[in-house]
Amino acid sequence: MTQLSRRSLLLGIGAVGAFLAIDLGAVAYANKWIGPTAALTRQTFMDGFRKVFGLHPGFRRNHAKGVVVNGYFESNGSGRELSKAALFKPGRTPVIGRFSLSGGNPMVADAPATARGLGLAFSFPDATQWRMALLNLPVFVDHSPQGFYDRLLASKTDPATGKPDPAAMSAFNEAHPESVAAMAVIKQHPPTPGFADSTFSSLITFFFVNDAGVRTPVRWAFVPTQAALPPLPGTTNSLFDALVRQMRGGPVSWRLLLTVGQPEDSVTDATLAWPSDRRTVDAGVLTLTNIETEAPGNARDVNFDPLVLPDGIEPSDDPLLSARSAVYAASYRARTGEPKSPSAVQVDEVAP
Amino acid sequence: MTAPARYPLRTRILHWLTAVLVFSMLLIGFAMVNSIGSYESLRAIHMTLGIVVLVIVVVRVANRFTHRVPKLPETVGWLEHKLVVGSELVLYALLLAQPLIGWAMVSATGKPVVVFGSLPLPRIAPFNAELYFVLRQTHSLLAYSLVVVIAAHVSAVLLHTLTLRDGMLSRMAFALRRPGAQSDSADLPTPAPATVQSAMREHTNATANTRRYGRTRRHR
Repeated sequence: MTQLSRRSLLLGIGAVGAFLAIDLGAVAYANKWIGPTAALTRQTFMDGFRKVFGLHPGFRRNHAKGVVVNGYFESNGSGRELSKAALFKPGRTPVIGRFSLSGGNPMVADAPATARGLGLAFSFPDATQWRMALLNLPVFVDHSPQGFYDRLLASKTDPATGKPDPAAMSAFNEAHPESVAAMAVIKQHPPTPGFADSTFSSLITFFFVNDAGVRTPVRWAFVPTQAALPPLPGTTNSLFDALVRQMRGGPVSWRLLLTVGQPEDSVTDATLAWPSDRRTVDAGVLTLTNIETEAPGNARDVNFDPLVLPDGIEPSDDPLLSARSAVYAASYRARTGEPKSPSAVQVDEVAP
Repeated sequence: MTAPARYPLRTRILHWLTAVLVFSMLLIGFAMVNSIGSYESLRAIHMTLGIVVLVIVVVRVANRFTHRVPKLPETVGWLEHKLVVGSELVLYALLLAQPLIGWAMVSATGKPVVVFGSLPLPRIAPFNAELYFVLRQTHSLLAYSLVVVIAAHVSAVLLHTLTLRDGMLSRMAFALRRPGAQSDSADLPTPAPATVQSAMREHTNATANTRRYGRTRRHR
């Protein structure tokens, strides 16, 4: 055997120890196994959804209850004034989507006051695709990931009363005046009878970039062109069933209105409405022709990540955007590895 | 022809470039999946650097066949020699597979694969949520495998270089200190002067080591 000097032995072991301490320490730190406990991580949200709604394997952690649609967008070319996105070229672009209700319980009974979601993916799965997750609200309730998380926990239903804990809710309102103000705006816009007559909005501001390179802050909304079939009272899936029955009778459609922001309008706070006199551009019509049950390979398996954007659309610095992208990704990873069970809305089983 | 004392300059540059990039990639990857506010920007950097690593590793694999490998020090026995060869193969396999799996995993979600801000790459896997999950889990598994294999690789080189004093590191290093002279510039691209070569020989030459450690060594 080699005769090792004590010095060289200590030197080698010391160097290896120092290297491993730095190397594995950096790995542990990046993983947040050590170091200061971060305020919020993806896992915080995943745990929060589980705490409030329970675990529902295979389903989205939020907007768990939904139904799949597809159709097309017919552009009139007007949107090109604001953005060079392929969607705004005159002509037709296919779209897949999903109507949903907010909350993590995939079997929840439909209620008019529950926020309604519409996820859309245009040109899926091409490189020019554009995904968005819209709500039937005039403004968003929270302006920060922390606000969303606090409200999620505060809204947890107390099993004894069937309602959120009033003390928790008032503590939340105390801490989040921006959400109180947003709720007041939302109260002025009560929900419509159904999905088909709901206006679905981006809420968050994005920057549209046109061929000349001009960046414009834009919020957009899909405005319905039809009334909704009234929901049948006393049924669990009343809102979804009404949509299914309506779409059996023919397509449903929405006009896409792009609202142009002014310099004084907030681009980073989705709780603040823009003044109603802002200029809008009617960019075309979204027509949904088919409705189907969530199934492998359809929009059930699409993550409506609002940061999947085409050339010509850029994110703003709204802190909700990166957070939504991150938490949606965590939800997607979790649910794609879980066993699946049938969705609550079974299109074929809806009575005529 | 005898084996060279060091890897060619291009190989050493590729090696250290890979080392810096892969270490950064592992940390960015671990950090981004815990991040809320920086997730999107870290993800963009991670995907772009991932493609850069893939290109560099492909170049390295091709380059690996273009030159002879410097002889391992005499301190490396028969069994360790097998380990060295095996671990090199494992590292190459991991470094090739990891970016490809990352690329395929994004492809399987149906998302566009965009790097360098706006360069769209083709999708290399079908849209399939179950396939995504398998690839996603594999991506994490390979990341931790890389942490372990790289830690072992560096530890082994440090022990050889500092404890056995066999000049293992100099095969891949840029500069050697000349006794009584100031150290060479690390990025000196010119061939090492004669004094440095003799110093290198002293590190890798069994006779010199024998002198230093005062023992007789078997010669191959």
